Amino acid sequence: MAKRSRGLGVACALLFAGGVPRLPAAPLGLPPVPIPSDNPQSAAKIALGDRLFHDKRFSSTGRVACANCHKAELVFTDGLKVSEGIHKLKGTRNAPTVVNAAYMKTLFWDGREPDLEGQSQQPFVNPVEMGLKNHDPILKIVRTDPKYAAAFRRVFGKSGAGITMTEVARAIASFERTLVSGDSPFDRYYFAGDRRAMTAAQIRGFEVFVNQGRCVSCHTIEQTQALFTDNRFHNIGVGFKRIRGRENRLARQFIAAKRGGANVDVTVLTQKDMSEMGRFAVTENLTQIGAFKTPTLRNVALTAPYMHDGSLETLADVVDFYNNGGRLRKTDPVDDFQSGGIRPLNLTKRQKADLVAFLKALTSPQYARRGGQRTAAVGAARRERGQP
Amino acid sequence: MRRPIDRREFLKRGGALLAAGALPMSLVEIAFGKDSGREGFTFAYLSDSHITHVRGREFVRNWDRGLIQAVAEANLLDPRPDFIMYGGDIAQLGKREEIDHGLEILSGLRGEVRYVMGEHDYYLDLGEHWRRRLGPDHYSFRHKGVQFIVLNSILTDDDWTHRRWPSAAERMHQMARLDNPQGSPFMVGEAQRAWLRGELEKVDTDTPLVVFSHSPLQKIYKGWNFWTDDAEQVQALLKPFRKVTVLYGHVHQIQYNQIGNISFHSVMATAWPWPYPQSFVQSPSHLPKLTVPMDRANPFFERDGTGWQFIDLHTGNADVHYLLPDNRNRVVAYDTAAGHPVDREYQDPKRRIPPQTRY
Repeated sequence: MAKRSRGLGVACALLFAGGVPRLPAAPLGLPPVPIPSDNPQSAAKIALGDRLFHDKRFSSTGRVACANCHKAELVFTDGLKVSEGIHKLKGTRNAPTVVNAAYMKTLFWDGREPDLEGQSQQPFVNPVEMGLKNHDPILKIVRTDPKYAAAFRRVFGKSGAGITMTEVARAIASFERTLVSGDSPFDRYYFAGDRRAMTAAQIRGFEVFVNQGRCVSCHTIEQTQALFTDNRFHNIGVGFKRIRGRENRLARQFIAAKRGGANVDVTVLTQKDMSEMGRFAVTENLTQIGAFKTPTLRNVALTAPYMHDGSLETLADVVDFYNNGGRLRKTDPVDDFQSGGIRPLNLTKRQKADLVAFLKALTSPQYARRGGQRTAAVGAARRERGQP
Repeated sequence: MRRPIDRREFLKRGGALLAAGALPMSLVEIAFGKDSGREGFTFAYLSDSHITHVRGREFVRNWDRGLIQAVAEANLLDPRPDFIMYGGDIAQLGKREEIDHGLEILSGLRGEVRYVMGEHDYYLDLGEHWRRRLGPDHYSFRHKGVQFIVLNSILTDDDWTHRRWPSAAERMHQMARLDNPQGSPFMVGEAQRAWLRGELEKVDTDTPLVVFSHSPLQKIYKGWNFWTDDAEQVQALLKPFRKVTVLYGHVHQIQYNQIGNISFHSVMATAWPWPYPQSFVQSPSHLPKLTVPMDRANPFFERDGTGWQFIDLHTGNADVHYLLPDNRNRVVAYDTAAGHPVDREYQDPKRRIPPQTRY
């Protein structure tokens, strides 16, 4: 057995040496990145996607790129409660990290797009994000800008009108599929058997995470990998009190608007009430009212604020929220649509502190090094908005 | 003929596949044929909440939440159902606290509710508190041209009921166990069958008949009491009618079957799903038309195997549209050519989902 695996290792090394397109090996704690068969990775495509991701010209004001809300120094989030697009217009939802989004089975908080290729095309034409009326201005730029024209010819063998949003989206998705990060202290502790990778508090916190805290029920950890998400949708009680008692009317309004041709992407990001419909907006399944996708917890210590509406500022707040059974305060009412899996946890002060410590063990080394940068970046983001 | 859809489109629509399934805010309309002169209508059906008392005002949260959520969702149904059926087992151990707490949650339902007696409501005080709160445990009513019959099908013989157990609580505990060799098979009993005969004599045999019972009025699996011992006698009384549908709770599973003129459909629980024991999946004689068994429910997903069913009686036979959380929706519809209900999507053997083995 050992002999055979060594042989395999040699074969792989030879393949890589032979100049096969660069595919980063899966980091510790993560499976290989799923690559769609119609969009294979290549170094040139990834570089093209990187450039598209950072191009501010793809917005109505020329000031907003994908990278505005997905900043590398903030683990590809923006540090804001809810994202800001053109003219500082606010959306309704907190920017999720792009890091490890390659593993997501659906994209956006309500899963309204099935893949990165589909997801990446929406913000350009959302009125509170990049504000374009349609994708034509992007196509005009990529077809005429000589650098883009050359890159698209090289990567896709296409030029002029042959370049469509399909190619643009594929390049961006390819770049995003390189943003994977594992190898955190937890991964070294759990998957590589390094007992000293986590602190004593983090080890105790891990025990709370998988037992009394019930976190692992949705933020899954498997035998050989941990995505920290079940890729499902749950109503955990966040933001729902906003529409309590009006669910019926809002759901009806939403369905009527959708039947009348309203765009789901625009509706949920521009109307706070409709945003709280959650997964229901996509499936129209009444069991999913107020249900949002389980986010990954990797690098969570660096991606505050939290929850789909960015309503919780710190990890300690999040732990308190769950400890109270999906409520900020123990005396708050529980909403009727809340998942039965959310319940008071009766954690002690120390267990809660340990849990927070454990969540800090999920930071990957390439982002841990940026810990100091983060504080500065969040400060800058807030100053930009005129906040203290 | 529905066009096939790819994964992308499937995910975008979240599995809301059919016209009916894509309109979950509307109960599927019950419209009888143009010539029948009957008015269309809808009704909702909730079942098996198993409210469990811990102490004082404390109840097992999961079962509370399942029922609370079902009530909230039922109140979203639009247009409003004409009435709501509750299929039995409000309580877990028949306690007054459990029945009262369950009825308090159910009182949030907008609309008239009618109830079926379950064994978990019955075997502590032999249904006394339940009847005091809700009235008779077997009755019939007519609604817009359909005759509805409600039976208490969870009775058993006098010896087991009155002489076997040292206390009422012990009797209840024995009947509450799923796989219990000390249990006793359910029955409708002679008195109720005589009442049923009398009721049916008053009804024209062309009238669509819908029978509600808690246990299945068919013999599925005796070991788990998915069983009614005098099922054949009851079926014989229903035989003269052209269109008969039996809707039952109890099994916490998706089941459907056809015996002669009678279509059977189970209704899912708000509490938890039961898995399919290998023995009855592999034993076709017990359930001849269960062509596509549900996989074992996922123990890590507390709503797996529960969900909504929209029952469409427009032909006088039941078509059942299943709305399953995080799962593909399904339709089990009456096939007039075959003469029994079929799963529309998975009937073709090539489309079936093979059962998984979990360890």
